[in-house]
Parts: sequence; C-alpha cells; structure tokens
Amino acid sequence: MVDRMPTATAYAAVLRSRVRAQASYPIPFAVDLLAALVVGVLEFAEIWVLFHRAGVLGGLDIRGVLLVFGLAEFAFSIADLVVGHMDRLPDYLRAGTLDMFYLRPQSILAQLMTSEISLKRLSRVLFGGGAIVVALRLNAIHWTTARAGMLALTLVCAPILYGALFVLAAGLQFHLLDGREFTNAFVYGGRYAATQPASVWPTSLVAGFAFLIPVAFTAYLPAMVLLGHPGGGWLPAGLAWALPLATLWSVALAAAGWRNGIRHYQGGGG
Amino acid sequence: MRANVLDPGAPRGGAVRPYWLLLRAGFRSQAAYPLAAAAGMFTNAVFGVLKATVLTAAAAAAGGSLAGYSGGQLLAYVWVSQAMIGFVAAMGTAEIGERIRTGDVATDFTRPLDVQGAHLAADLGRSFFSVLPRGLPCLAIGALVTGMTLPAAAAPYVLGAVSLLLATVLSFLCRYAVAILGFWLVDTRGLATFYTVLSGFFMGLSLPVSAFPSWLRTIAHATPFPSVMASPVDVLIGRLTGPDAIRAIAVQAAWVVGIGLLGRVLTARGRRTLEVQGG
Repeated sequence: MVDRMPTATAYAAVLRSRVRAQASYPIPFAVDLLAALVVGVLEFAEIWVLFHRAGVLGGLDIRGVLLVFGLAEFAFSIADLVVGHMDRLPDYLRAGTLDMFYLRPQSILAQLMTSEISLKRLSRVLFGGGAIVVALRLNAIHWTTARAGMLALTLVCAPILYGALFVLAAGLQFHLLDGREFTNAFVYGGRYAATQPASVWPTSLVAGFAFLIPVAFTAYLPAMVLLGHPGGGWLPAGLAWALPLATLWSVALAAAGWRNGIRHYQGGGG
Repeated sequence: MRANVLDPGAPRGGAVRPYWLLLRAGFRSQAAYPLAAAAGMFTNAVFGVLKATVLTAAAAAAGGSLAGYSGGQLLAYVWVSQAMIGFVAAMGTAEIGERIRTGDVATDFTRPLDVQGAHLAADLGRSFFSVLPRGLPCLAIGALVTGMTLPAAAAPYVLGAVSLLLATVLSFLCRYAVAILGFWLVDTRGLATFYTVLSGFFMGLSLPVSAFPSWLRTIAHATPFPSVMASPVDVLIGRLTGPDAIRAIAVQAAWVVGIGLLGRVLTARGRRTLEVQGG
C-alpha cells in the first residue's frame, strides 16, 4: 500500500500532520512565528542602520537595497521552509536513527526533505514577499517584458538555488560529523552575503559568493536588472541572465555532494 | 581544615573546589570536539570577511570614518567581536533550560552546590576553552585578510581582559535567567531563539552599538546586551579609554549583580513550583 503512495500524497499527509501538530500548541507556535519575523526585521534593521550612516553603498541607496534584501529573504525563507530541516541530519547521524530511513521504499533524500515542514518560517516568507512588493513600488521601475521575465525567473530559480545549498550542506555532514557548523559558512553566510551590495566585494568574495556558491545571482544581480543599474566590477547587470546556469550549477553541486555523502555513510551499526 | 568524616571521598580544598572541578569539566567537554571548534571558527571568520567588507565600504561612503570609528578601528571592532562569539556564547543557550524540560534539574537540586553557581562554572569552562581554537585564530585571520588597528598602549588590554571576563559572566547570567523561566513555561526553546536574535542585535554583533541612530542606541543601552559585546570590544580596541572605559566596566558589573540576583530569585521561586514526573 504505502509503496504505491505517490510522493505528493505522502507529502500532503506529512504537511497536514505538521499543521495539526504545530497548531495544537498555539502559544509556542505564535512565539516561534514572531521570533522568525523578528529575525527578518532585525536583519533589515542592520542594513537600514548601515545605509542611514553611509547614504549610498556600492551604487545602491536604501530603496535599492530593500529590493536586494527582499529577493534574498523571500527565496531563502522558501528554501528554509521546504528543506531547512535537512540541518537536522547530523542529529540523525549521531543518534544512528538515519538507518531507519533505509527501511522505507523511498529515497533517503526524498524522505528527509518531506519529513518535516517548519510552518513558523512562513512569517519570514511573508516578510520577504512584503519587502519585494514595497521595494518594487518605492523604486519606480520601468517595466518591460525583460524585467518582468527577470523577476519571474528569480522568484522560481532563487529558492531552488538555496534549497540546493541546504542539500549540499547535508551531503557534507556525512563527512563532517562534529564539524557540522562548517556548512553554516556558505548556507547562512551565503544568505547574509546575498543581501549585500555585491559591487563592494573584493575578488575573493566574488569568487566565493558569486561563482562557487552563486548567491549573488539570487538577489543582487536580478535587482540590478530591475532597477536599470549597470552593476559593477566583476558583476555587470547582464550577468543576471545566467541565473538558470547558476541554479543548475548549485543543483549539480548538491547532487554530487549528496551522492558522495550517502556513499560514504557506513550505517549506525544497528 | 577538618577531614570529612562522613564521606572520606569528598573533594578536599574547601567550598570552591567543586566549582573549579566543574569549570575544568566544562573546558574538557569542549576539548573533546576540536573539529566543532574549528568549524565555528571558520564560520565566524567567513562572516567576519563579509562584515569587514561592507563596513569598510560604508565608512568610505560616509567620508572615511563611521560613527567616529576610523577604518582600522572598524575592522578591529568586526574581528574582535567575531572572535568573541564563542567566548561569550553569543548564539548559545543555557543548559539548564533543557534540564528543566526533561526534569534532570531535580538532580541539580539534590547536590550540595549552588545551582546557578555550578552552571556558571561549567559555562565558564566552555568559554575559556574557546579562546585558543576559536578566538585567537579568528583574530589572526582578520589581521591577515583585512588588517586592523589595535591600540599600542597596555591599558586597553588590561581593562579589556576585565571587561571580557565580566561579559562572559553576564552573558551566562542572562541566558540562565531566560532558561530558568522554563519552571513556568516548560518549553523555553522558542523564547531562547527570540532571546538570541534580540540580544545579538542589541549587543552589537552585526554593527557597533555606537553606530545606531540615537533613539535605537537609547533602547540598546536600556538592556544589558551592549555590556555583553559592544562595551568589551570598545574597551579592547581603545575606543573607550580612561574614565569612559572604567564607566563601561562599572555598568557591566552592575548588570552582573542585577541579572545575577534576578536569576537567584527566579531559581528559588521556580524550585517551589517544580514538579517532576516519574520515579
């Protein structure tokens, strides 16, 4: 019976159970929703304080950087909502409970992805979406088909790119074990980098966060296209159109990292 | 000193010795996971490079200095604050929260030790361990990658050391006071997340508190959080000197006493409400 159940049906069942579980503790859930929202608000407050002091940074003013922030926040929060719980893989590895996943007729990755959904992260998705809407109004954008296309492309590709980073991080956990925090450098560091005006980066950061872990493609570059800004240095606005390539690259990295990790895994000895 | 007749195996050396042993145990509990320390250091350093880059650009855009910090001082602020994340456990929680949730805290109360003091000792042990594998390498990376301006005189380092010690004690006492609310709330994990986020911003983890607009700075200074990070960093990098540095340290000490007392009162009250299930 269960083996015939399509992934979508199984996932829907998991989703329903999570909604019920999380709604049965309304006060802790409300606190979690609020805490997640405050994370987003304070991250923007940090940027606001900086621009309050600097005025213009890397060719962007506060309205421009609000668009960069909104795009990054929205895409990362969706990825975090859908696959952010892959962060918990080291706990399964340490406790030896990952072995149970091998008993079920579905790939380990699919099971892990659909094992949970943290609805508290919805507040940040809404916050990111709100920031995009406000930024699009504040910036008086001259809409063209190309710009609308760029926005649509970003809203689709960028969450996939961040999702791939979570999967890549999980794949590396099979090797890292106690060193689980290493992957925070590119998952959460990547999200932090994505909200910055990338034109101020030195070559080392461009290499790291525009090409190796291509988060500059999720927010900064698309925002340059939308704003009609030329971009700067190593990152001209036209490069934004390579977002599907950057997404493919991240997915390929994630696939390689995950396969390598799962092959390395020797079992929990159970 | 009298020998303990009832329990010849009891640790000798007076009332302080058990806390010293707990401190050493806390130190060793972290020393068992060198890779974890290296991973934390690496992530702190990556964030350090990103923060240093954007703050340097902001200082350049604002005319060479930001809120009175020179370019080199700003870099020192970034790297000293990144290097002390592990030391003050800026993103940590207090172990007692989980012990209240599981009921293990009942064991803590049966021991002939002060609960708050015992947890403080173990927490300080973990903090001291972080200096060598997390704090110093992070500073060294900062010095190599971006450089920074550190004071040439000795006074900022002496006062800075005192300030750092008060900061880590205060950080623990705040996290303890939040976790101890578990006596009434049972699950404080959501509250702990909330605390980490708010305290991180107001302690000056992302930006120096002195760079905040004045209304936001007023709010920050109404909380103990600047005393956990911004003050010790400013003392250490020589932005606060002489009477200003002494005043910052006095404020830290006042918060240590205040939050420490709050934690003690809450512990005493919570102990009376505690109900542990099972046998």
